[in-house]
Amino acid sequence: MSDISETARRWHDMGGDPAGEINFDEHDFALWEKRVDALMILGSARGHFTVDGLRRALEDMGPEAFETMSYYERWIASVNQNLIEAGVYSLEELAAKMEEVQARGDTYGAAQDV
Amino acid sequence: MPHDHHDHDHLSPSGHPFREDNDTPLSYWQCMEIAVRELMIEKGEVTAAEVADQIGAMDSRSPANGAAVVARAWTDPAFKARLLEDASAASKEMGFDIGPLNLIAVENTADTHNLIVCTLCSCYPRNLLGLPPDWYKTREYRSRAVREPRAVLREFGVDLPDDVTVRVHDSTADMRYVVLPARPDGTDGMEEAALAELVTRDSMIGTGLPKSPA
Amino acid sequence: MATPMGQRRMFEPGTQVTVKRRYPPGHVRTPHYLRGKRGVIERAIRPFKNPEQLAYGVVAEEKLLYRVRFEMGEVWPDAERPTDTVDAEIYEHWLVKV
Repeated sequence: MSDISETARRWHDMGGDPAGEINFDEHDFALWEKRVDALMILGSARGHFTVDGLRRALEDMGPEAFETMSYYERWIASVNQNLIEAGVYSLEELAAKMEEVQARGDTYGAAQDV
Repeated sequence: MPHDHHDHDHLSPSGHPFREDNDTPLSYWQCMEIAVRELMIEKGEVTAAEVADQIGAMDSRSPANGAAVVARAWTDPAFKARLLEDASAASKEMGFDIGPLNLIAVENTADTHNLIVCTLCSCYPRNLLGLPPDWYKTREYRSRAVREPRAVLREFGVDLPDDVTVRVHDSTADMRYVVLPARPDGTDGMEEAALAELVTRDSMIGTGLPKSPA
Repeated sequence: MATPMGQRRMFEPGTQVTVKRRYPPGHVRTPHYLRGKRGVIERAIRPFKNPEQLAYGVVAEEKLLYRVRFEMGEVWPDAERPTDTVDAEIYEHWLVKV
């Protein structure tokens, strides 16, 4: 059998890979990102998933997601994946809710249920 | 106050540009966040107040918390010993709510420099220092810090002499790390609060050194 | 020496260990760059639930977690300074005594 180690290496396991110079740009977080962070903590505190469950879903999204989605975009995808798996709500309920949210308005602010 | 994204003179209190927020077109992922949050509330899993409180708790955590711990360790040898023995207990002793954080403090000395990274994801002592800087989560930092820490440190402006040993700590599992930087020269007799002002976020990650007294 | 968990043998600090060269296809917390490498137990931390099971929402056993110290010269052929070190947390089931 050929060397399986590189074949089996997963994209997120990047220690030692060649990479470019550090980019020092920093940003504050938007409200929606802070809410994703809070849902991650609270969902975990409710026992619906663990940080390892979240990481597993993030890893399974693959390297394209890492390159094309922002940090909290990936995290809400992972939180949602874990909540679906935990049976907190169904895909049908999620789809209906997202449809409802979208119908409220074109911006994040306008799409809130106030 | 609405953000003016075209005016980069408008910086947040932390000195960074505001992120796009409420007044930009709704993205698919923002829509998902609203939907997930509302479903969690409808199902009785969380309340809107709990979400707001959690955001408040994270916002209240900042590198200033870690700086206070470091300054205490610089001025109180018994506290420093407790910090190096059990950094979670020592942080709680100072009144910081760090939740379930399992923290290890690693000490910089005249011959040792410590550097923290998470190569597998972006583990960070967030319950003490707040959320990590963007660069901490990048491929560049995660990949290179364990292989060429000296080159990485030079990019941060830290050029270590050859007789200093670099110890990199890869947060691969359940522990988180904070660097106890070496107390700068010329700080004899300074008060704890003034010392804390010298402790930067990066000095507690190991990518920087504390400031020198003015 | 017994661990708090019972009969298991514990690696004392200073023990030389090798990380297993294994490549299971899933969520593991042993970085690829350390597999097959030799290091020294820096300290035993304590048992934690196995993340390789937690990740899938199944019942998780407790596994003893260690901090293992590796010299850069052991890990990287082109190390900047071979006596610099990298420490990582590795679970007992990934470690073999040398």
